[in-house]
Amino acid sequence: MIEVTDLTKRYGDAVAVQGVSFRCEPGTVTGFLGPNGAGKSTTMRMICGLTPPTSGSATVLGVPYRRIPNPGRHVGVLLDASAQHSGRTGRETLELTARTLGVDAARAAQMLQRVGLPPAAARRRVGGYSLGMRQRLGIAQALLGDPRVLILDEPANGLDPEGIHWMRTMLRDFADRGGTVLLSSHLLREVEAVADRFVVIAGGRIVAQGGRELLTASAATFVRALNSAELETALAEAGLSARHCGDGAFTVAADAEAVGRAAAKAGVVLLELRPAGGGALEELYLSLTAAPQEEPR
Amino acid sequence: MTAAVNRPAAPSLARLTLVELRKMTDTRAGRWLLAFVALIGVALVVVVLVAVPRAELTMPELFSAAISGVSLLLPVVGVLSVTGEWSQRTALTTFVLVPDRRRVIAAKLAAGAVLAAVCLAAAALVAWAGRAAAAALDRTDAGWGLPPQLLGTALLFAVLGMLGGVAFGMVFLNSPLAIVLLFLLPTVWTILGETVSALEKAAGWLDLNRTTEPLLQPGVQLTAEMWARLAVSEAVWLLVPLLIGCYRVLRAEVG
Repeated sequence: MIEVTDLTKRYGDAVAVQGVSFRCEPGTVTGFLGPNGAGKSTTMRMICGLTPPTSGSATVLGVPYRRIPNPGRHVGVLLDASAQHSGRTGRETLELTARTLGVDAARAAQMLQRVGLPPAAARRRVGGYSLGMRQRLGIAQALLGDPRVLILDEPANGLDPEGIHWMRTMLRDFADRGGTVLLSSHLLREVEAVADRFVVIAGGRIVAQGGRELLTASAATFVRALNSAELETALAEAGLSARHCGDGAFTVAADAEAVGRAAAKAGVVLLELRPAGGGALEELYLSLTAAPQEEPR
Repeated sequence: MTAAVNRPAAPSLARLTLVELRKMTDTRAGRWLLAFVALIGVALVVVVLVAVPRAELTMPELFSAAISGVSLLLPVVGVLSVTGEWSQRTALTTFVLVPDRRRVIAAKLAAGAVLAAVCLAAAALVAWAGRAAAAALDRTDAGWGLPPQLLGTALLFAVLGMLGGVAFGMVFLNSPLAIVLLFLLPTVWTILGETVSALEKAAGWLDLNRTTEPLLQPGVQLTAEMWARLAVSEAVWLLVPLLIGCYRVLRAEVG
């Protein structure tokens, strides 16, 4: 179980994470979604006790991570697959971890097999590994202490389709046996097949969280006006995040009433106003990732 | 729930020291450095065998030659044991597995001391091999014994040097910078102390090259003043960097 309560991190004046709260329950996979730079990694580093939060708290299995005497035996962590010593072999990397955790060194070899790094690859130095192989090594390292909680930051990066499928199966299996998984990604497609819950972060704040119903029910609104530029200004003034979808129309991450009111306030003539097709999460996510290109003019 | 995460216990300091010791010796860079430490020692023992007059070819003389590699290069292993974690970004894993960074620092210092002792023992073996070779070549009449006091002060020298390397690594968290300054700063002091007369007196207390010299000289009985000079210079070049380094490592963002 992971519980994050009102976590905030500021670097000087810059806010990296603001008031983030969510829970990950045993038996579930939580997809932690957000564009690059949204605050996913900072949040995960605070959960793992690497970065002290400015305010708020996070617990894993009921206690702050740093208070777990031998955390690798309870929580498997992969924060950055490329953060491995290039001069060590895959096998040596895992044996060092096994020693630190106090688990049998033979388990290192088993884990390497399990994640698809055969002995020949395990004997090679990590410097020669592809990103996908490093991800597999990192996942083997996370699993080495037989944990009940997994915290993985962008583990699908660099994995080939077969690897992504393998990872989904592994994570589903882990959660089905009662484990808790927190899995981050900047791509909705990577996590929608495996996650039970979704936490979406943008600009350091949680913008949505919920279960798989987010994949089907749409909360976004499709809107088209006589004058597209006026509509865009009206939406921006109302603080609504909108995404162009051709023909002067927009998809807005808000319900029809909010969009209608924004248009009415600015006196914009609407031609169409209806729920957008597709899942709420997808619409929301698309509007988030498109947002940087649509700064108010 | 809380009770469940309290077991198993945290890895012991001895376990962490063994892990750090292995990390110092399991990379290509670490092995090359240790190979050079050995090579320099062997090479200088050969030089002593060939070049030193028969009357001066004693065990302490051979031993002094054999530990040259230890005094020249071993501190770099200490530097890399810290800076490598930053350049290779393995600090991320290290601190995730051992969140109490003080324990990691303690393990690195302990591992450095152990490695220095092992290298010193190896140097003694090289010196004895040199003595055997000298006997075979009929180049010496001296005995086989090494004064325990010399072994003790040489061990102190090697351990202090190694810890200094770890400390410099922690201060700079950057391999090239820490290595260059580790060599450069004391040498600059030596040159300044010798050329600027006003600094001459200070150099006697602050120049590591001078204050540690008696530790390696056979037959020198260390006086209280020599110990005091050593303590003052090590406070400046070891203790201060160590404190600054601890502060940095405990607070540094990793990854």
